[in-house]
Amino acid sequence: MNLHEYQAKQLFREYGIAVSEGLSASSSNEAEEMALSLNVDKWVVKAQVHAGGRGKAGGVEVVSTIEEVKEFAEKWLGNNLVTFQTDEKGQPVNEILIETCTNIDQELYLGAVIDRASQRLVVMASTEGGVNIEEVAEKTPEKIFKQEIDPINGPDDSQARSLSEELGLNALQADQFLNIFNGLVNLFLEKDLSLVEVNPLVITDQGDLICLDAKINVDSNALYRQEDVETLRDPSQEDPREARAAEWDLSYVALDGNIGCMVNGAGLAMGTMDIIKLHGGEPANFLDVGGTADSKRVAEAFKIILSDENVKTVLINIFGGIVRCDVIADGIVEALTVMGVEVPVVVRLEGNSADKGIKILDECALNIIPAANLEEAASLAVKASKGVS
Amino acid sequence: MSILLDKNTKVICQGFTGGQATQHCIQCIDYGTQLVGGVTPGKGGQEHLDLPVFNTVKEAVDATGATASLIFVPAKFCKSSILEAAESGISLIVCITEGIPTIDMLEVKLRCDQMGVRLIGPNCPGIITPGESKMGIMPGDIHLPGKVGIISRSGTLTYEAVKQTSDLGFGQTSCVGIGGDPIPGTSFIDVLELFQDDQSTEAIVMVGEIGGTAEESAAEFIQSNVTKPVVSYIAGVTAPPGKRMGHAGAIIAGGKGTAEDKYKALESAGVYTVKSPADIGKGIAEVTGW
Repeated sequence: MNLHEYQAKQLFREYGIAVSEGLSASSSNEAEEMALSLNVDKWVVKAQVHAGGRGKAGGVEVVSTIEEVKEFAEKWLGNNLVTFQTDEKGQPVNEILIETCTNIDQELYLGAVIDRASQRLVVMASTEGGVNIEEVAEKTPEKIFKQEIDPINGPDDSQARSLSEELGLNALQADQFLNIFNGLVNLFLEKDLSLVEVNPLVITDQGDLICLDAKINVDSNALYRQEDVETLRDPSQEDPREARAAEWDLSYVALDGNIGCMVNGAGLAMGTMDIIKLHGGEPANFLDVGGTADSKRVAEAFKIILSDENVKTVLINIFGGIVRCDVIADGIVEALTVMGVEVPVVVRLEGNSADKGIKILDECALNIIPAANLEEAASLAVKASKGVS
Repeated sequence: MSILLDKNTKVICQGFTGGQATQHCIQCIDYGTQLVGGVTPGKGGQEHLDLPVFNTVKEAVDATGATASLIFVPAKFCKSSILEAAESGISLIVCITEGIPTIDMLEVKLRCDQMGVRLIGPNCPGIITPGESKMGIMPGDIHLPGKVGIISRSGTLTYEAVKQTSDLGFGQTSCVGIGGDPIPGTSFIDVLELFQDDQSTEAIVMVGEIGGTAEESAAEFIQSNVTKPVVSYIAGVTAPPGKRMGHAGAIIAGGKGTAEDKYKALESAGVYTVKSPADIGKGIAEVTGW
């Protein structure tokens, strides 16, 4: 789960991490009020969406009159911001952040992420802030400094000291950095984050360290014990079908093709997308019905798949391990009957109770195309999606 | 021969009396697994599936001599359940549960390593030695005792590889689902090493997927340490970057972890790769000449 910048900065403040003074607003009147209350003559106004690249897309501006603050609010609130990280529709802006303006002397980078290779929380810092850090990592990896956090003993002050030396900070800044470093690591561990990024972390013209941007991803698996964080969820930033699927414990990702997929297991679901493509077709989605699929969830999965108007065919690929194919077959028949599904449905059932499942499908009078194996299923689905029978 | 698990391995189940655990334990017993008891705190002294229930793993180990534990407890209790098993003398832990917070796994993995305990999973189908024993949720009847070792990050894709190698008559020595999480207890390399040393394993199937760099590391290991033929399929060539594809580990971040990168690394290590999940069995036939 992702957080907005203004939410992330609020968490930063709670952990004593220095950020610019700022307030969020959801209307232009509120924006005016917030801007006035900051009592400065120059502001940075930032559209709040779950996507990067906002600056280049016009979603971040420096303004010096209240009128401009209001104009910015009116321009973006209720509209969509399109950046290179969003799709062509963009993400809706429901909140803007109004901050005091910081005079920057130098831009640094600070991030923390779970590194799968070392199996540690790793804090990364770089002198190359304010730019695309992936590019820095690729072209000049020597400019990224790392510290691994011990999973049992936690961070050590010497780790922060070592990073501040590599960043070339002076003694005062090193003290500030130690505070930011410890705050960031504690925030990460206590709130079950999967990523924190501060890009840029700046040295102001007064020589102080301050976080100018803040990005946080939260580990969705840990939300059960992070109730405060879960309240920060913004469903407007999520694909509505993905959000609906999540409510039913279905894992769904929308894609651009026309063959709707319903598969059990994430790996097989990806494999099914791959084989469709190898046969010259295009998958419309990734959908994992999970290990405990019952007829209700199958029906719900159908609804979500078919709510995508591009879908011309549905391919159901079930290898029953935990799930029983006869239960899935019942669900398919029920859903097709109730919903009056018109597109061709190719079904491949294998594994647990597959014989019973196939029998159920054979005996129903619906437009179901059975497939004997994965290869045949993909081939039949691609043909059906192109109107060839 | 087999790896990690055979017909003599004594197994207990943690979360024994739960619905999922019960259903799968019945299937494990039917398959031949030496299930000797289970643990459900507060239900010690009762019987379940004609087997004794204990309050703690320590009691279960003392009473039964079990060396392996199959874990079905809910995600929020997994950290303490795994550590309890590891500290009670269990040497092989298989954790089926999905959805364990990653931060819990950082500590669990380190502690298991320090104690020399083998943890498989979490978020995995488990391990099976066909014809002998299974600890997991895989359908037993698609397996066939034989000569291919199978390792996979995905449950149902493992079944796909199993079925294809069974249909062609090759069979399997052991099949290990290492799970789809970012911090798995056991890596591809751990299992590759076991299969390389196992005399009955004549060829290896490795099924990977997008995300992380585990397949790239495995490729390096294969190049210098594995002399047996390896066939590999990587799921997710068509996955869009930045999206989590079901498994918490299956996300391509910052251009790393793409299927293309993984295929390239494996091919340059001499691994025979297949681009379709339906071609895994054919791949084995091709590299071995069987």
